[in-house]
Amino acid sequence: MPAPAHLFPLIRNCEIGRICSTVCYCHRKHLCCFSSHFAHGHFRCAPQRKFAALCRPKENFNQFIHARDYASTPQRFYLTPPQVNSILKANEYSFKVPEFDGKNISSVLGFDSNQLPANAPIEDRRSAATCLQTRGMLLGVFDGHAGCACAQAVSERLFYYIAVSLLPHETLLEIENAVESGRALLPILQWHKHPNDYFSKEASKLYFNSLRTYWQELIDLNSGETTDVKEALINAFKRLDNDISLEAQVGDPNSFLNYLVLRVAFSGATACVAHVDGVDLHVANTGDSRAMLGVQEEDGSWSAVNLSYDHNAQNEHEVERVKMEHPKSEEKSLVKQDRLLGLLMPFRAFGDVKFKWSIELQKRVVESGPDQLNDNEYTKFIPPNYHTPPYLTAEPEVIHHKLRPQDKFLVLATDGLWETMHRQDVARIVGEYLTGVHHQQPIAVGGYKVTLGQMHGLLTERRARISSVFEDQNAATHLIRHAVGNNEFGTVDHERLSKMLSLPEELARMYRDDITIIVVQFNSHVVGACQNEEL
Amino acid sequence: MMFLRLLSDVRWRAANPRWRRMTCSRRSTSSTAEPHPISLPAQAQVVICGGGIVGTSVAYHLSKLGWKDIVLLEQGRLAAGTTRFCAGIVSTARPVSIELKMADYSNKLYQQLEQETGIKTGTRSTGSISLAQTQDRLISLKRIASSLNVMGIPCEIITPKQVAQLHPLINIHDLVGAMYVPGDALVSSADVSLALATAASRNGVQIHERTSVSHVLVQKGRVTGVETDRGQISCQYFVNCAGQWAYELGLSGEEQVSIPVHACEHFYLLTYPLKEPLASSIPTIVDPDGRIYIRSWQGGILSGGFEKNPKPLFTEGRNQLEIQNLQEDWDHFEPLLSALLRRMPGLEALQIMQLVNCPETFTPDMRCIMGESPTVQGYFVLAGMNSAGISYGGGAGKYLAEWMVNGYPSENVWPLDLKRFGTLQSSRTFLRHRVMEVMPLICDLKVPRWDFQTGRQLRTSPLYDRLDAQGARWMEKHGFERVKYFVPPGKDLLDLDQSKTFYKPDWFDIVGSEVKCCKEAVCVIDMSSFTKFEISSTGDQALESLQYLFSNDLDVPVGHVVHTGMLNEKGGYENDCSIARLNKRSFFMISPTDQQVHCWAWLKNRLPSNSSLTMEDVTWKYTALNLIGPRAVDVLSELSYAPITPEHFPSLFCKEMSVGYANGIRVMSITHTGEPGFMLYIPIEYALHVYNEVMNMGQKYGIRNAGYYALRSLRIEKFFAFWGQDLDAFTTPMECGREFQVKLEKGMEFIGQEALLEQKQNGVYKRFTMFILEDHDTDMDLWPWWGEPIFRNGRYVGKTTSSAYSYTVERHVCLGFVQHFDEKTGEELVVTTDFINQGEYEIDIAGQRFQAKAKLYPFSSLFTHRRRKDEMELSDLTGKR
Repeated sequence: MPAPAHLFPLIRNCEIGRICSTVCYCHRKHLCCFSSHFAHGHFRCAPQRKFAALCRPKENFNQFIHARDYASTPQRFYLTPPQVNSILKANEYSFKVPEFDGKNISSVLGFDSNQLPANAPIEDRRSAATCLQTRGMLLGVFDGHAGCACAQAVSERLFYYIAVSLLPHETLLEIENAVESGRALLPILQWHKHPNDYFSKEASKLYFNSLRTYWQELIDLNSGETTDVKEALINAFKRLDNDISLEAQVGDPNSFLNYLVLRVAFSGATACVAHVDGVDLHVANTGDSRAMLGVQEEDGSWSAVNLSYDHNAQNEHEVERVKMEHPKSEEKSLVKQDRLLGLLMPFRAFGDVKFKWSIELQKRVVESGPDQLNDNEYTKFIPPNYHTPPYLTAEPEVIHHKLRPQDKFLVLATDGLWETMHRQDVARIVGEYLTGVHHQQPIAVGGYKVTLGQMHGLLTERRARISSVFEDQNAATHLIRHAVGNNEFGTVDHERLSKMLSLPEELARMYRDDITIIVVQFNSHVVGACQNEEL
Repeated sequence: MMFLRLLSDVRWRAANPRWRRMTCSRRSTSSTAEPHPISLPAQAQVVICGGGIVGTSVAYHLSKLGWKDIVLLEQGRLAAGTTRFCAGIVSTARPVSIELKMADYSNKLYQQLEQETGIKTGTRSTGSISLAQTQDRLISLKRIASSLNVMGIPCEIITPKQVAQLHPLINIHDLVGAMYVPGDALVSSADVSLALATAASRNGVQIHERTSVSHVLVQKGRVTGVETDRGQISCQYFVNCAGQWAYELGLSGEEQVSIPVHACEHFYLLTYPLKEPLASSIPTIVDPDGRIYIRSWQGGILSGGFEKNPKPLFTEGRNQLEIQNLQEDWDHFEPLLSALLRRMPGLEALQIMQLVNCPETFTPDMRCIMGESPTVQGYFVLAGMNSAGISYGGGAGKYLAEWMVNGYPSENVWPLDLKRFGTLQSSRTFLRHRVMEVMPLICDLKVPRWDFQTGRQLRTSPLYDRLDAQGARWMEKHGFERVKYFVPPGKDLLDLDQSKTFYKPDWFDIVGSEVKCCKEAVCVIDMSSFTKFEISSTGDQALESLQYLFSNDLDVPVGHVVHTGMLNEKGGYENDCSIARLNKRSFFMISPTDQQVHCWAWLKNRLPSNSSLTMEDVTWKYTALNLIGPRAVDVLSELSYAPITPEHFPSLFCKEMSVGYANGIRVMSITHTGEPGFMLYIPIEYALHVYNEVMNMGQKYGIRNAGYYALRSLRIEKFFAFWGQDLDAFTTPMECGREFQVKLEKGMEFIGQEALLEQKQNGVYKRFTMFILEDHDTDMDLWPWWGEPIFRNGRYVGKTTSSAYSYTVERHVCLGFVQHFDEKTGEELVVTTDFINQGEYEIDIAGQRFQAKAKLYPFSSLFTHRRRKDEMELSDLTGKR
């Protein structure tokens, strides 16, 4: 007889609900902390949440009224499970790394990604690509604010900057010569895109020229040293942000493009990017999206390892950094209400020139800019206590991690996920989804007094936790289903899910944020083999 | 001495209440230290391996039949393994007739065993109630009830209200009806097994526990002994009753015997007694729609079931000791527990005692495995009880004992014969996948024409892909894929699950148009699965041997084809085949697909073993295409540039000729349907070429593909009997109107001749008859299948063996055997032509009787009406695809 599970003493104490293992318990606690989340939603119901003080009063008022309507007369209309699924699956994408004869095998098996909009249009972006001239795969999530222009631009451009930063000198030369002589270029990236992930055609020439300038400089700077991934990531982030800023200052004769580059620069975006090459995993993060590693412990259970630090007011080091960069006189006004200058939630971001340029530069650009820009209250507004810009940087923090066989997957997600789910739950839900195994203690009666009815109740509950797994073919979709539909028992509640998804556009943002998720699955065999080689 | 020890052992067990409670702890620790008191004998006539219900039953019946020199070896203790853990339900409600007979016999045997041996077997007739939650389920119960009733087993279809009266705990709100079998019983399975062992040992059978057989010794294809961990025993017969270890034991010897069984975990629940303990006489409940059974057990209940997602185990083969340590899996049991509480909501407060995990052994087709190995003489098998070991154990043991003692059992056991499987159907992967389908099938609705979905595409014709691309739907026989029918492009059939019906199936019109094309133009059916042997010799040995083995005269001119039976001593059909004389000294023999193993073994054991005679299995060498229809002759003559008119190529002829570019195609003027046409036996490398040529050339004659359903409709309306369906080892040519295929005066003795001569003089006791259903509405009424009782003037006279809708007479046609029972004594009387012709007949389909017209000869002409010129229309000018 195996060691009896320690379940039934609990049943005797009539606490069946607690039997669902400690994980379940944890989750409830987590939800409790967040139960106030919805109330907060009203308080910061600005259309662009990250600028709490900047909301347009009229609209805000209307929304508030709507919200009250909603609260007093809940909608009777529910979505059917297929309708729910079609909403959840609209943006899902999966990529499996092809294997050829076991040669050149990748430590990445593939990835699942998905996003669920709350803003209309969605302000999150995602990117995934394989580097063709170097080894490795790039994956990133980008959370835009004050519009989606900056997130869109970063999602299109950042990986090129990274790839170029990683290229050896000879390859850069070869590419430059090809451009010079009008020959076909070496491809740098193989994109893995969902049909909804668009690239802007209009700006592509402008973007190319900026990128070319970058590699020309790299060629001139040729240090002869091999490229360090960490350095390359930092350089690429900074360079792209710099280019965004410059393009806005210079402007473009084409009025459409001119307006575009200004929108990109005046909006903002966080970025969380992973570069995987063999056992080397680098995560470069700017802002409050997050990367998390799913680790399977020896007993089969799942745990989470953070691979990024949030750049926001909750991060003491980050607050410290900001304070160090500015005179002591500004100490009090730098961080107010957990926001940078009382306005911005992430402490690092692309774009957002309002927090980077001097007041003079801002005024000059806005005045010489197109009328649309001039009419916009937001762009004309100068943050209070704005004395020693820049207050904001796009420089990422890079964490390097050597993959181990027990590292099964990586989750990159925007804060829309992390504010509804604890990372430990994310690790468990994805882990159980990917392995198809639900780590539940087996039940044994082992001499305790249990009735058929009690056992039935217990089993039904355990089953409910498992059944939601089989609806999804995509780990990211599965995670979103849980993020939006989880009840206090950590199981998906269809009614709740249906309510959350049927919120009208203008209300959705109050109850949830845009969610974007990429789940990268690692090939433990390859990782193990690489590890041995290195030893 | 042996006997005494055993008896004391039995007494100890009966007196020990702990043991009777089936607790999970390793049992009988108190007696484990016992040394082996008796050494093994050096030799015996029979060695039986396995001391479960099956092994003890075989020993019991062998000793009853007078064989005394028998040793039974058990690796652990008697009645261990599955027997000890099983639920002990004897249920006679079985859809297959032979299984029904076995269960009925077992039930009667167990009832009197206590009296015979003095050992308490815990047998009590509680009766059983099978519940129906759907109308379809009720139909299937009614079908079983019909066959139980004609067997004389009391049984009735009852209403939900009556169910509630019989069993107070049952929730009846979702029931549409039920079947009540009052004679079904509960037994203590281990005690039954011990009682059988005791009776056997009184008859002289030696029983040795804790003795495991390592392998069986074989010389020249015969069993000579067994090697055990306690020494060797030489013997003439070995019986493998090793249950879930039968497979491994079969492979352990040098000469391997493949026994396709695989174990699955099986769970049932034991509870403490109810507040008001459940009466021990309360009927057993079977709720197939809920996939569960519920019986009373010591005032509480015992309830288990057959889940949709079984857990196969021991795929890699394991040590048997692990069976004790299998774990309970409550999450796996959850659906069955839900079904239990739905059926008996009052049990919510009942306290659980234990969830028992008791592995059961399953076979690839849900029927047990019985009989002699085709490769090793004297090696018998009885295993794979599909969790009905108690129900079948008694009867199966009896049939196997008869088989060993008399050479053949007293009933047709072909459906259970080991030889229905080839070695190719016993790969471990195949078995693992198949048993996962078989175990749920125990509770699934069994509808006509069901095909297994797992373990498919094992053997295929070279044309498989071509046919599949043209809409072929497949069934499987002996591992070979065969086309059922072709779904025309743009037409969709129902999903697999929805297509289950007892009524008119969705392919009705599709097959109808295939049949029409066979009648009016020409169709191609790929019949490559047929078993094909070549037998040749240097001299006349081949002819001489075959003349002895077959009832028809094979001394025909070269190029003739002969339909003949391969009969046993009683004149019954062991095989029904077509034999072509290729030249003076070699013959080409075509048999049904599932004859591959059986026929080979039969011939091997009877043909002289000298080197001048060779037999080769050429099944895999030829692709067979059947060209059926009046236009077949046109297609073939255009492709071969040879005259194929009836003058040049009469019926029942065989010629090698060229078709298209390909040479050496064996063309025979037979179609197995009674329609005009040809069988083409094509060396496989030409198969695709010949098929393409035929289809291209046939276009202008309206050629199309057809499948076996069309073939079946054609052959049944022509009153053609098929072996394995209509014909079996208990049917003689005299009984099915085939005297013309028997040449009693061919000047040579042949097997079965005496029996046939006797029959010719005395008359037959059953007669193959064709029935045309008169008042049957094809669209609205239940369809006949096979196994329906036949009534003559209101009295039961036999059962149908096959049926099909005849698109030509637009009626259902059933084939079956009519017997004549004396009205008073029930004695079987001779069946005369007058007896057949002078009766009013009815066929019972699930309790509903339909009038039927009996015929002893096929319709003289089944020509479709010739269309008049003015009835022609444009659509007649278009291809029939």
